[in-house]
Amino acid sequence: MTEIILDSKCCKGCDICIAICPRQIFIKSKKRNAQGTPIPDVVHKDQCTECRLCEKMCPDGAISVERGTK
Amino acid sequence: MNPVYEKYIKKESLPTLFCPGCGSGIIQMAAIRAIDQMGIKDEVACVSGIGCSSWIPCYLDLDVIHSLHGRSLAFAQGLKLARPDKKILVFTGDGDCLAIGGNHLIHSAARNIDLTVVMVNNRIYGMTGGQKSPASLKGMKTKTSPAGSLDEPVDGCKLAEAMGATYVARWTTAHPIQLEKAITEGMNHHGFAFIEVLSQCPVQGSSAFGDKTPAGMLKNMKEYTWIKKKGEAPPPDKTVIGLLVHRTDRLEYTDQHVLMPGGTSSDKPIEPAKEKRGMPND
Repeated sequence: MTEIILDSKCCKGCDICIAICPRQIFIKSKKRNAQGTPIPDVVHKDQCTECRLCEKMCPDGAISVERGTK
Repeated sequence: MNPVYEKYIKKESLPTLFCPGCGSGIIQMAAIRAIDQMGIKDEVACVSGIGCSSWIPCYLDLDVIHSLHGRSLAFAQGLKLARPDKKILVFTGDGDCLAIGGNHLIHSAARNIDLTVVMVNNRIYGMTGGQKSPASLKGMKTKTSPAGSLDEPVDGCKLAEAMGATYVARWTTAHPIQLEKAITEGMNHHGFAFIEVLSQCPVQGSSAFGDKTPAGMLKNMKEYTWIKKKGEAPPPDKTVIGLLVHRTDRLEYTDQHVLMPGGTSSDKPIEPAKEKRGMPND
């Protein structure tokens, strides 16, 4: 399964990933990081097609998509 | 943290000063990926001026000059003449490049010196509080034009094209893959490469792209632009994006300089250019 790692230290909570993902893998959540910024939640990782648009569109390099071994 | 991002960023200076959702981060990522794909980390030198966009290279683990306001191209030309072996990437903003540094843009494009200029156009002076910039659209409401701007916007791509830049492209932050490709092509191109990137400013520039959230601005940016296709006339109300000019018929500046290694030797005088003068569309 594809592993999607969201670094909560880097995330600034701009919600671009929520809007840009074609499979709606990122959703709004009540989680907050150490700075108090609301960060998105990662769900349905099995639906990821590895288009890596979230990696390219994240302004703070917080998201990394890693190909898992099946 | 993204492994590619981690490889090129100065971790001690994080977090970056960009506001949440700023387009400069997307451009930074595209530049990092382009440099990483070309594998030229040690050959790249970055130059920037003053403005939000000019902070992009300051977080990169590369050779960087953070220069004076509007003078990024002046510093970059000097660096290119001193170190012609380096690939020089210039990050500049619309106010930095078109207003105070407008003359430097005109002259470096006319010289066709081997630089890659990434002009981040958010249509506003974002860092100083949202004043009107030369690239602000007509009728746009800003802090210094509350009733709507009267001026026609300055088109940086057309200006560079008219002055003889040999690679001109325009993309937006909503097209990160194409932007990455354009930066790669610009760095491989031997001559003056000018890449304009329309970017969102979620804090000050909500009137430029008709929304207040970064995601909405990116969506509108795709709607407001039209990708150039051969043989099709652009719609009148849309901004044309894509590869606009790619010429190889002009001589590069450092190649013909008598003092350059590998340039024209002093025994052989510089030949007058045989190229056709005038507008490139003639």
